[in-house]
Amino acid sequence: MTTATDVKVVDLATTPLRELNQRLHDGAAGGPLRWRIINPGGAHAVAVGVDAPFEIEIEGHTGYYTAGMNKHAHVRVNGNVGVGCGENIMSGTIHITGNASQACAATGRGGLVIVEGDAAARCGISMKGVEIVVKGSIGHMSAFMAQSGALVVCGDAGDSLGDSIYETHIYVRGSVEGLGADCIEKELKEFHREELGRLLTAAGADAKVDEFKRYGSARRLYNFNIDHAGEY
Amino acid sequence: MSDYNGQAGDGMNWQPGLRESYIFDRNTIEEIRRAASQGIYDIRGFGAKRKLPHFDDLLFLGASMSRYPLEGYRERCDTSVTLGTRFAKKPIEIKIPITIAGMSFGALSGQAKEALGRGATMAGTSTTTGDGGMTEEERGHSEILVYQVLPSRYGMNPDDLRRADAIEVVVGQGAKPGGGGMLLGQKISDRVAEMRNLPKGIDQRSACRHPDWTGPDDLEIKIEEIREITDWEKPIYIKIGASRPYYDTQLAVKAGADVIVLDGMQGGTAATQDVFIEHVGLPTLACIREAVEALQEMGMHREVQLIVSGGIRNGADVAKALALGADAVSIGVAAMIALGDNDPAYADEYAKIGSAAGFYDDWHEGKDPAGISTQDPELSKRLDPELGGRRLNNYLKTMTLETQTLARAAGKSDVHNLEPEDLVALTIEAAAMARVPLAGTDWIPGRSKDGF
Ligand SMILES: Cc1cc2nc3c(=O)[nH]c(=O)nc-3n(C[C@H](O)[C@H](O)[C@H](O)COP(=O)(O)O)c2cc1C
Repeated sequence: MTTATDVKVVDLATTPLRELNQRLHDGAAGGPLRWRIINPGGAHAVAVGVDAPFEIEIEGHTGYYTAGMNKHAHVRVNGNVGVGCGENIMSGTIHITGNASQACAATGRGGLVIVEGDAAARCGISMKGVEIVVKGSIGHMSAFMAQSGALVVCGDAGDSLGDSIYETHIYVRGSVEGLGADCIEKELKEFHREELGRLLTAAGADAKVDEFKRYGSARRLYNFNIDHAGEY
Repeated sequence: MSDYNGQAGDGMNWQPGLRESYIFDRNTIEEIRRAASQGIYDIRGFGAKRKLPHFDDLLFLGASMSRYPLEGYRERCDTSVTLGTRFAKKPIEIKIPITIAGMSFGALSGQAKEALGRGATMAGTSTTTGDGGMTEEERGHSEILVYQVLPSRYGMNPDDLRRADAIEVVVGQGAKPGGGGMLLGQKISDRVAEMRNLPKGIDQRSACRHPDWTGPDDLEIKIEEIREITDWEKPIYIKIGASRPYYDTQLAVKAGADVIVLDGMQGGTAATQDVFIEHVGLPTLACIREAVEALQEMGMHREVQLIVSGGIRNGADVAKALALGADAVSIGVAAMIALGDNDPAYADEYAKIGSAAGFYDDWHEGKDPAGISTQDPELSKRLDPELGGRRLNNYLKTMTLETQTLARAAGKSDVHNLEPEDLVALTIEAAAMARVPLAGTDWIPGRSKDGF
């Protein structure tokens, strides 16, 4: 018998990754709801493809694609994560207490990803509905071809922010090194103030809505126009 | 450039004394005029239309004194292939060595996708999703469905990964190695827009690089992730456009592929710049032996299966690709034609949109009279998915019979026993590319003992 308060501890120093992920997949049908993964040792693909409302805590640094394609689970990484953490996340949350490498939450379609530290290049690339809050700064080419969802950056943004962006809302508190093709500063309307306020609260970020600027699509590349050919 | 040199009496105002330029032929002149008036490159569907070395430049030798042929119909000639034997817990078995290539919902109508699924299933083979995600029609009607992971990740989700039978990571396409995709606004219906999380009516560009990995070392980790998500059950394919097939094959093996899909430059597309289709990549014929030798050197030939595509039209093409070392082939354009694309029955309607049956390639415009490369509900209705499926099945069966006919003539009890030794080439180019002797000689350019 397991109860809702049971915590299943999996030690990746002694348990193969395959076994961990298999247990997380099989466990969707019942069993413990709370998992603690210790000694991840930078492993790739930790807790990927989870499809259950688990609470998963990972103690330490992880490699590529941590919690990739997550559905429903609430994952917390007490450490730094490698490339593509939370790629294609569908729902649930991923909370990273350290820094995130490149392509954080790439192509994510739902859910919330919170980075306490900085996120490297291509944060939110091709995002399709996910919400991302980075309390530090983000690297270049972030939100490239970002389709929908919201990206909040409490620090600074690197070069080519929002290049070829579609309908994602980007909010940056600090400086922006440069905007990518078709990305412009836009008015912070009431809708956006609400969205931003909600996300700052959800992430527990100590920042005020008024300190942010919003960036989005000028929509000049939406239908091909030869006079803009250099920007495609 | 065409081969036309202004000699043929084709009824197009030609008279003695009018000499057409070989390099500035009518198509070239028309293209300059079009570019000057429209200010945009020509985008179109279909594959390369120029003359390229191809399977027609090879011939089978057939059995003779030293080889016994097999009796047609009576003596067995197997055709099935198992894909994904390297790592997957659940490899897939297809009954014929011909699969249906990835073609996106968006580029094709829902009915067309359903017809492809029906036809492939009747013939015992697989079909493949495409850029734009998996539709219920095709999942429901395809017994074996390969799910593509493309740079755009339109519609990507873990549920579809789990309900796929195999997964294909698309690195490139033969029609446009190094290029991304494009779906013009006129084909973005509500349903297509929703599946791709984008507003209706805008041009949808698909990225040319994957968002979360760069290079073969990253790809290896990406594949590990996909395997972990799907519990190592499903075969994972890597699809590459033919440009550096020897190295790309070896890198794909290293990255952990179960199956490699190699698409030559004649490979079809739904919408790409003409300049890209005609000027980038290697002809299909030129890349098969490179890939096979790369596999052989690694001891992976037949362990990692090779699927070849790009201009496959009939059983002779299939048999030749297998003889050069492929495990199976894949078809795109030919499958569309089998469903009814370019059907002369719609001659008047092709004329109305400035084309003609047999030439129509403006698949990106969404006005397809045959209702295949469109999202227009009225046009789409013209394709009956059941009838389309039966036609595709007929075509696949015919190609398989043709392949068996050639294999039996060469004395093989399995189409996979065909080998390069069964082939000769008609041209020096084909001999060099396919690495088989020029007909009537023992000369393989670049390979012969004297190095010539
Ligand atoms: C209408 C159409 C749509 C296509 N869409 C895709 C796609 O979404 N993803 C992909 O990898 N290849 C796509 N392709 C390429 C095919 O998968 C395949 O590589 C090619 O058609 C093979 O060459 P063939 O048409 O000469 O048989 C498409 C091709 C066509 C004709």
